[in-house]
Amino acid sequence: MKHLLSINDLSKAEAINVLDTAAELSRLSEGTVKKFPTLRGRTVVNLFFEDSTRTRISFEAAAKRLSADVINFSAKGSSLSKGESLKDTALTLQAMGADAVVIRHGASGAPHQLARQQWMTGSVINAGDGTHEHPTQALLDAFTLRRHLGQDAGDLQGLRVAIVGDVLHSRVARSNVLLLQKLGAKVVLIAPPTLLPVGVASWGAEVSYSLDAEIESVDAIMMLRVQRERMDDLYFPTEREYSRNFGLNLERINSMKSDAIVMHPGPMNRGLEISADSADSTRSVIVEQVANGVSIRMAVLYLLLSGTARSESNSTIEVGV
Amino acid sequence: MSVVLNAGEINRALRRISHEILEKNHGSADVLLLGIPTRGAFLSKRIAGDINEIEKTSIPVGTLDITMYRDDLRMRPPRTLLPTEIPSGGIDGKHVVLVDDVFYSGRTIRAALDALNEIGRPKSVQLAVLIDRGHRELPIRADFVGKNIPTSKDESVKVHLAEIDGSDAVTIEGRDGK
Repeated sequence: MKHLLSINDLSKAEAINVLDTAAELSRLSEGTVKKFPTLRGRTVVNLFFEDSTRTRISFEAAAKRLSADVINFSAKGSSLSKGESLKDTALTLQAMGADAVVIRHGASGAPHQLARQQWMTGSVINAGDGTHEHPTQALLDAFTLRRHLGQDAGDLQGLRVAIVGDVLHSRVARSNVLLLQKLGAKVVLIAPPTLLPVGVASWGAEVSYSLDAEIESVDAIMMLRVQRERMDDLYFPTEREYSRNFGLNLERINSMKSDAIVMHPGPMNRGLEISADSADSTRSVIVEQVANGVSIRMAVLYLLLSGTARSESNSTIEVGV
Repeated sequence: MSVVLNAGEINRALRRISHEILEKNHGSADVLLLGIPTRGAFLSKRIAGDINEIEKTSIPVGTLDITMYRDDLRMRPPRTLLPTEIPSGGIDGKHVVLVDDVFYSGRTIRAALDALNEIGRPKSVQLAVLIDRGHRELPIRADFVGKNIPTSKDESVKVHLAEIDGSDAVTIEGRDGK
């Protein structure tokens, strides 16, 4: 495996291997070993065309714990704001010898473009592209679910997970549906009809328009952020109405199974899709998701970058097409 | 394929290694065994069992995975990580005995020394191996050896242990599988 662009790049066994590797790395990091020499001399570039806190910091921390050199590159303050193309940016990164590029882009498919056009020879990791996918987020969510509800090993057979809210604009939802189903869990998508994408029936997940009808039967609930910045239309009448029908509050948490957990990929709109007291409740594993994100990204970088020796000398790049 | 050590001979070799560890360290005080997975981990448990029986004590034993410290990570497909369990007392000030099944190029042990360096500062590090097959590529030697087996680089030496392979034996195989 050279790139991680979509959950579909991973077989079930490969996905479980990522989770197992992350589990071992997380156990080691909690104990004695803070830093590994594994990727010494490798360069990881964080190429962020969209804003991010968690994902970028988490990739940076992961790369540094593996002793890689990290270059952070954000659209603001670079030549991208002068209109440089993705291709020229990629050629620049190639010239600097990037072994891996972690890319977040507002356009769905940008990471695929970067990986397939052979502008550069390094690995490409999708850190969120438009409304398409965010595979490392799904992996860390599966890791968190397995830790709390599984045996911290194997797959997620038998679990029922609700994904609630703005499924239409959510790359997190799409990657999670693919991964959780691959690992044997059942997924139910809960949203107003306006916030479900066309063709959602082909995803293989159940669809429901009522949070209260499903909440008692799920093992975990994943709240999605209402993505105001991607909303070019009126998707629900008022925020108050959305919050009343699809927001998570303490009353709803209390009706969940006694061991069910509350997740959110962040950043949260407190008071809209999740109330402040439910975000801070004992059922919430939202902060733990962030910590698990570092372990998952260490595992992904390790698995992608080890065993990829390439000739250091004048590797030619095919320009064009 | 020929058998170079049978179950009884493996047991006697481990027994002798246990005595030698005690002799060299003047008893079992501050001795800690770390097995290198997979088979070194089982061997370290057996040696610890022998030492505990001889000394009527209970010495700490753990495992040390060296995958993240290998020098050939760039050349090979990624390897699955194996468990590292450091005994709760840590390794600072201890006589750490690394235990592995086959001692060959010495690169595994170099990686293990790097890994130990991250974990703490032992008083001394010693090495116990069941088989020393020669062909060292680094200036590293073993303190306790079960059996020296001169080999050619074409041959492969395999240690089979009851814990995972069903029975105990050490076998040697030529490149042509004989």
